[in-house]
Amino acid sequence: MPVLSATNLRKSYGELKVVAGVDISIEKGECFGLLGPNGAGKTTTLRLLLGLIEPDAGEIQMLGEPVPKHARRARLRVGVVPQMDNLDPDFTVHENFMTYGRYFGLRDAEIAARIPALLDFAGLANRADAKIQALSGGMKRRLTLARALVNDPDLIFLDEPTTGLDPQARHLMWQGLRRLLSQGKTIILTTHFMEEAERLCDRLTIMDRGHVIATGSPRELIAQHIEPSVMELYGEHVAGWGEQFGNELCERHEVVGETLFCYSRDGEALTQNLKAQPHLRYLHRPANLEDVFLKLTGRDLRD
Amino acid sequence: MAHYFHLPQLSLRFIPVWRRNYLVWRKLAIPSMLGNLADPMLYMLGLGFGLGSLLPDVAGVPYITFLAAGTIAYSTMNSATFEVLYSGFSRMHVQKTWDAIMNTPMTLDDVMLGELTWAASKSLLSGIAILLIIWVMGLQASFWMTLWIIPVVILIGFCFAGMGLVMNAISPSYDFFLYYFTLVITPMVLLCGVFYPVSQLPAWLQNVSSVLPLTHAIDLVRPLMLGVTPSQAWLHVLVMLAYGAVGFYLALGLTRRRLLS
Repeated sequence: MPVLSATNLRKSYGELKVVAGVDISIEKGECFGLLGPNGAGKTTTLRLLLGLIEPDAGEIQMLGEPVPKHARRARLRVGVVPQMDNLDPDFTVHENFMTYGRYFGLRDAEIAARIPALLDFAGLANRADAKIQALSGGMKRRLTLARALVNDPDLIFLDEPTTGLDPQARHLMWQGLRRLLSQGKTIILTTHFMEEAERLCDRLTIMDRGHVIATGSPRELIAQHIEPSVMELYGEHVAGWGEQFGNELCERHEVVGETLFCYSRDGEALTQNLKAQPHLRYLHRPANLEDVFLKLTGRDLRD
Repeated sequence: MAHYFHLPQLSLRFIPVWRRNYLVWRKLAIPSMLGNLADPMLYMLGLGFGLGSLLPDVAGVPYITFLAAGTIAYSTMNSATFEVLYSGFSRMHVQKTWDAIMNTPMTLDDVMLGELTWAASKSLLSGIAILLIIWVMGLQASFWMTLWIIPVVILIGFCFAGMGLVMNAISPSYDFFLYYFTLVITPMVLLCGVFYPVSQLPAWLQNVSSVLPLTHAIDLVRPLMLGVTPSQAWLHVLVMLAYGAVGFYLALGLTRRRLLS
């Protein structure tokens, strides 16, 4: 039985269908990614799954409980890391854990016994009495994650867990998430970073305008939607090159500003051609999840 | 729309929310109490002695004694009001503390009941502090009668916390609260018998005053200060309960629409 499942989930605000028939099924121990441009309906989907808002239609089962009917009971075994840190700024690190644990009905002694391991997990072992304002952005983020573990949840929701973090802090966060997965926890996360999704997620769903437009493992999605080899060409001459050679040498190509993306199965003829064009700068790389994402959701800005 | 206004689901789960607010308050208890009390104390002592020396007895007692009862009522009203407006808004809108709590097995109903009871507790704390000064100054007619003021200030806190939470629910920013103070709180301070008996007002203003909750608060507190049993005590209690309960119900529906849609 899946840890979390939703079928035909729908939520509209007036005319706007924010979530328009979403199906999700997450197995135990999986890291599941929810990707999509701004306004795709990711955060609304998370709020529906948590039972914070009522769907217009659809069924949700979380940890064996129907949601939103028994969302409270389900949330006893769920941890949530929100998009914006909402730690209690008036409390120390230790007090944040104590206060948050009480919301789960845990007794003080029980919470206090868990705190050392949580501090250790967050890399804040010596900072129990630190004020929140004294922590760096990365520390706050890790503390928010550790706080979400105070009830030893089976399922963890993360809404853009590494947005705004520097690379060091991001890698630390990923390490933490991998440790949780190795302990058998189930994770659902939203992210804008394809690299993050590719590294962490066993499976992911790409949403756009309230619809699921693709689901699968990162590898499957790349194989299914994108030619394996990508050549990026830069400079003012790329458009001319595209007109001359694009159809011949690429299975698919597109020009974005002064960059040309050439997707192909065999880069050999292409490489030969480019060696003879010293005025073009180029980069050859394997196809990645970002290519899939941009192909499926388009390159237009979303606000 | 209608489904946001179902009845509150009240339970003891609110206690951790109350406790969270109490623990934050405890860190700043002394400056917070001084800040809350300096203003009403200065009014009571300054006007009580200064203006009082120019006045004959008011309602049969020295002016400062008369004013002390009004001071208890309006300053406990202010404690609850400030708590749910400014502090509550910080927790709901700025710090997103409510969001954090609602990601746990708590619901908005639990959070708001926690806020309501905490605001009433703030009124109780202010009320006791002012009573201590009144007792030290010996302004009361009967010490034992003034003990009844303690449950009354909790009721005052409940009443104005419920009303204030409605403002919290619809406010886009802190600035919005100024309307509530200008249009609701300040008129009550001036029309409900804090500084002079309501009977001094023209009849039409007396009618306005008679429906305002602070009038009913003062109709309970002042007789208790003067050592007599309030007349129509249950009426006053019911009016304040009604303001608080209707306010809380509306506030909960409006806040559900604000946060859970």
